Amino acid sequence: MKIPGTGIIEGLAVTAKNFVGSFHDPKRFTTVQYPEEAAPVTEAYRNFPFLVHDAENDPLATLRCVACQICEKECPPKCIYIVKSADKKPDALGKPQFYPAVFDIDISVCMSCQICVEVCPFEAIKMDQHFEIAEADRFNALLLNRERLAKPNSYYHKIHPTEAAEVDARLEADRKAAEEKAKAAAAAAAAKAAAAAAAKAAKPATDSGAAPGGATA
Amino acid sequence: MILLAAISFLILASAAVAITRRNLIHAALWLVVSWFGVALFFLWAGAQFIGFVQVLVYVGAVSMIMLFAMLLTRQGRVPVEMLTLKAEKRIASGVLLVSAVFGVIAGCILGTDFPVTEASAASSVTLVRIGESLMNDHAVALLAMGALLTVALIGAVYIASSGEEDAS
Amino acid sequence: MSPTGIWDSIDRAPLIVRDVLVSFLPDAWQGLANDILIAATVTVVFATIFALLTILERKGLARIQNRPGPNRVGIPFTKIRLGGFGQPLADAVKMILKEDIVPTSADKVLHFIAPVILIVSTLLSLAVIPLGRHLLPLELEAAVLYFFAAGAISELAVFTAGWGSHNKYSLVGAMRALAQMLSYELPLVLAIIPVIMLTGTLSTSAIVDAQGSWSLGGFLPAWHVFTPWGFAAFAIFVVASFAEANRSPFDLPEAESEIIAGHLTEYSGFKYALFFMAEYFGMCALAGLGVTLFLGGWHAPFSALEFLPSWFWFFAKLFMMLGLFIWVRGTLPRLRMDQLTRFAWKLMVPLALCNLVNAAFWHLSAGWDSPGGLALRWVLSIAIIATPFLLLSRSLFAGLGPRTYKYAP
Repeated sequence: MKIPGTGIIEGLAVTAKNFVGSFHDPKRFTTVQYPEEAAPVTEAYRNFPFLVHDAENDPLATLRCVACQICEKECPPKCIYIVKSADKKPDALGKPQFYPAVFDIDISVCMSCQICVEVCPFEAIKMDQHFEIAEADRFNALLLNRERLAKPNSYYHKIHPTEAAEVDARLEADRKAAEEKAKAAAAAAAAKAAAAAAAKAAKPATDSGAAPGGATA
Repeated sequence: MILLAAISFLILASAAVAITRRNLIHAALWLVVSWFGVALFFLWAGAQFIGFVQVLVYVGAVSMIMLFAMLLTRQGRVPVEMLTLKAEKRIASGVLLVSAVFGVIAGCILGTDFPVTEASAASSVTLVRIGESLMNDHAVALLAMGALLTVALIGAVYIASSGEEDAS
Repeated sequence: MSPTGIWDSIDRAPLIVRDVLVSFLPDAWQGLANDILIAATVTVVFATIFALLTILERKGLARIQNRPGPNRVGIPFTKIRLGGFGQPLADAVKMILKEDIVPTSADKVLHFIAPVILIVSTLLSLAVIPLGRHLLPLELEAAVLYFFAAGAISELAVFTAGWGSHNKYSLVGAMRALAQMLSYELPLVLAIIPVIMLTGTLSTSAIVDAQGSWSLGGFLPAWHVFTPWGFAAFAIFVVASFAEANRSPFDLPEAESEIIAGHLTEYSGFKYALFFMAEYFGMCALAGLGVTLFLGGWHAPFSALEFLPSWFWFFAKLFMMLGLFIWVRGTLPRLRMDQLTRFAWKLMVPLALCNLVNAAFWHLSAGWDSPGGLALRWVLSIAIIATPFLLLSRSLFAGLGPRTYKYAP
């Protein structure tokens, strides 16, 4: 027989358990007391892009960006402004590339859609995770230039470890492939040069006598 | 004596102001002040029990009934009606009526013999004595009032519920 | 049984302080000074309890809801946080500095005096609660009746607030608040009548004295709550006092999602703080009355602990009752107006009347001393109140089963 009033007693027991548990059980005290504690941020969290550079101490010289302006064209709210440089610099693979003389992102417009990251062929622009960037100046302080956007690859590893490892692996593979190709090209060129030299050396030999090795070659 | 004069002035003055108010709710609230004055009078006379009962019943319950009734029927606004009698006739008839009632009451009070005892009066009427006299000497009256109030309550519930049956 | 020596002096400490202060004045002024000092002390003590209660309530409710509650404000102008217990100071400053908005068409006088009447009535009702063995502010023969008379004035204040705001929603809210308070006056008073019947007096100090003995070797106090009729009466009293103080689950008149704030809609700033304070004073007064009538007032639970100051025991029990108020607020959902009134008139009034019969039986069977007689007395007494409770509540709940939805799976 269900006694009326027992439901209330059960409810009181539940709240009492909550009350007592909130002092020692983290499951019953879910508040993150910001700003003393930071709420946990997952790896996939993104907020505004940044430019990756490879060397720690020389940011602007080792930016991966080659000012191809694809991200500028693909950005939906058009918050990226790039001015190509006049000269070229060798990149990580040794090829001479342009570099951005001006690279501005207006973060009061940017919506963190990460399209610029998706279309970049050079793994040069990635998504950052900072959100405590409030400024007192509404216009100029929210227009991030090259210097403020450039962050080292080690920072990228810190905020997006798996992604950064993947990108590094890919870039390493690219570099290896380029090396292989260069080696093969060098080997081919060397073989070609050796063949030309052998042909040149074999020419007077054919004049003096038949070279059976030359016929078979 | 001064205290009695002040309390009487409070009772009469607030009742007088209550009559002259245009706004019915204000009139009711001034009447509540008058009832407070009556409670103060009982306390001055040493009748604690009846003083507190006066506050509990009149200020706590009867005032609520009056205010509910006013709000549920007239919205507290008194329409200014056209009175057909002239001012002098109204005042004359009012004075006549009031003096007649006053004369009757004063005659009754002055003609009655109240047994006045000195200091023992206040202390002998304790709560226990009041309870005993209610239950023993006046038991019939108490039971009759209880029956009357119960019948009134049942009647009110019946009237309220029969009004709802049409709606349901 | 009474404390002696140094413990007696601690028990009398407020009286000693009062004597010292009053002795500075000439003889003719001493009576008046005594009265003023008592009134001021009661006001200050309960105002402090009010401040403490606001922060305790916020933190208590917060912990029930898995969050910390206010924990930033501590000692002003320093970085010491005190776990947030300086919050009442911040609230007080906010309330005082807020703009006091009075609607132009509101009745200025009524709008102004409503909170005043409310505060005065609740402070008056605090005068008959014995805070300690020698700490009863006002010794009255009809103290309990005085308490209810002072409480009845507060209903008038609620109406004045609703009417004086010149706002039809305020008026409707005030009417609903009044209906609730009137409905629950009856169970409140009926629950107390057994206590008065069995102690034979309306004086609070006499009622506390009647509960001042212990049985079972000093471990079972003779408090009224430890008898069958007293337990039932205490339960009814607690539920009715939730309703009288407009506390959850009966806080329909002042909940934010109901008719905005009811009769408090047009009040802001300090007047709102006064209403708030009056509500908490009323809560303290009702809790204090419950402690006095059912929980043995300022007596200790075990006779061995009687040496501790009586005001310590009273305030410990008072804070336990107030903790119960806060706990229930954090647990139960709000009752609808018709559920509220139905609960009062259909369940609580009949049960309170049955409890009267129960108490009468208990009084008449006081001579059943033998163990068999005592057991029979308890069994019969419990049966007299439990049987109507089970039958009535089950018949009222019949048909109010869990909802079934025709088209939802």
